[in-house]
Amino acid sequence: MSGSIHARFRVVHDGFQLDVDLQLPGRGVSALFGASGSGKTTCLRAIAGLEHAPGGHLSVNGEVWQDDSRGLFVPVHQRPLGYVFQEASLFPHLSIRRNLEYGMRRVPADERRVSLQHAVDLLGIAPLLDRMPDKLSGGEKQRVAIARALATSPRILLMDEPLAALDLKRKQEILPYLERLHDELEIPLIYVSHAPDEVARLADHLVVLEQGRTIASGPLSETLARLDLPIRLGEDAGVVLEGEIAELDADWHLARVAFAGGSLWVRDSGLPVGRHVRVRILARDISIALEPHADSSILNVLPATVEEMADDTHPALALVKLNADGARLVARITRRSAARLGLRPGRAVWAQIKAVALVG
Amino acid sequence: MLTDTALSAIWLTLRLATVTTLLLFLIGTPIAWWLARTRCWLKAPVGAMVALPLVLPPTVIGFYLLVVMGPQGSIGQLTQALGLGVLPFTFWGLVVGSVLYSMPFVVQPLQNAFDAIGERPLEVAATLRAGPLDTFFTVVLPLARPGFITAGILGFAHTVGEFGVVLMIGGNIPDKTRVVSVQIYDHVEALEYAQAHWLSAGMLAFSFVVLLLLYVFNPNGRQR
Repeated sequence: MSGSIHARFRVVHDGFQLDVDLQLPGRGVSALFGASGSGKTTCLRAIAGLEHAPGGHLSVNGEVWQDDSRGLFVPVHQRPLGYVFQEASLFPHLSIRRNLEYGMRRVPADERRVSLQHAVDLLGIAPLLDRMPDKLSGGEKQRVAIARALATSPRILLMDEPLAALDLKRKQEILPYLERLHDELEIPLIYVSHAPDEVARLADHLVVLEQGRTIASGPLSETLARLDLPIRLGEDAGVVLEGEIAELDADWHLARVAFAGGSLWVRDSGLPVGRHVRVRILARDISIALEPHADSSILNVLPATVEEMADDTHPALALVKLNADGARLVARITRRSAARLGLRPGRAVWAQIKAVALVG
Repeated sequence: MLTDTALSAIWLTLRLATVTTLLLFLIGTPIAWWLARTRCWLKAPVGAMVALPLVLPPTVIGFYLLVVMGPQGSIGQLTQALGLGVLPFTFWGLVVGSVLYSMPFVVQPLQNAFDAIGERPLEVAATLRAGPLDTFFTVVLPLARPGFITAGILGFAHTVGEFGVVLMIGGNIPDKTRVVSVQIYDHVEALEYAQAHWLSAGMLAFSFVVLLLLYVFNPNGRQR
């Protein structure tokens, strides 16, 4: 099937198994999310062909790379993919320029769609070209590794926790580049991560893996709003809304983000009006009221309807899915409060949002 | 000073060591690569075979080579059938003996160097479209360079220093099998201590310089 990625793998190691059947969109960022040991890296390696999962099937935008039922397994070096490992893994004996050229020179000239210059510019590494890898910081190395993968004009880009080995500062340094890739690339990107904030920032499609199995797969905001998942995401449960900056309040240093279903005031982070942004709202930061309190410090209060209710991990807590004029929110409140307010599906309430994070 | 016989012994020794080292690179590299990468059960037995010359008396190796390469031996029969004659007491017989005798000194540093590279650079190369051979020449060889330097120096020096194997399968034929170590033995037998001194001191200086180079180029020890 064209325009999408289909991957079916069954790997059984001693004490570990991976059993997935994934259908991913043929463009945008798909995040494979899960705890360590959930099989997300094995899944990515199987897609790359670094791991041969017998009996598997893999097609990428219409091209079959693995179909063991007819003995087809395209070796890694013949697959037009880009792979970014957790550690940058630059070749230590080659300069940055030669590292970048290594893959590009092995791609036939008529298949090169990404110029070296474009890859260098996208990742902002022009000043590093004549240095050797051991003279670079961790963040710089990882940017080079991403550019090196891009320079092969891949049909798909695979990233295995590219930020996990970096400290917070380096992460912040790379994330904007990843967002740029997300906005500018026409090819699908599969991104393995165990960090909810990275997923919230980058992903369009979310796959949640647990113990080698897919427990959810779907568009990001839809999947995050599912009530059976927050239980597994714990403290990080929350939703992501997409919108754009509609208005700036210079006096109070606030910006209004408008999305389908309403708008929210967030701290002004210097982005211009019209800029497309994502906001992330954690379930623990939403409380529910029956009246719109004007006498509270809470800035963002949205009218909403209760759509669904579910138990949380702790018996004192409940999860409430709200529909704010089309936008789905998830609130984590105590069950006593839910009972006191008489919450049930269909009930009109006010969602009081204590914190909204602009995630890019 | 050095006599003509001494010079010819030195020349022969250098020729033997050079040919042996080159052959060992050709033979030892695939063996070391296989030993570094395989999970086959044969890894341990093959590793032990390669290391045997480290512990065996050279006379034992020489003796068995003499037997198998001799006119009645299996290899001897083969070389005769190929029209090569028999190898003992020829230069090429010495080469065969030296290759076996110096094998661990080349294979082990190479194997360590390949081990140290690990899986990752090979995987990276594959995702950058390099096939296995391409990867070997453009990634593995450059990264294992210190290992090759160590292997070359040790293989060469060890061949220069061998005596027992040469004596067993080469004998003592001027210009053909009489290498420096055998020549020194001859001089001492004949009580020509002055000549023995010249050659011995030369060997001493040579060995020291070789090891010095090794430690200068690979300061982290010879296992790199």
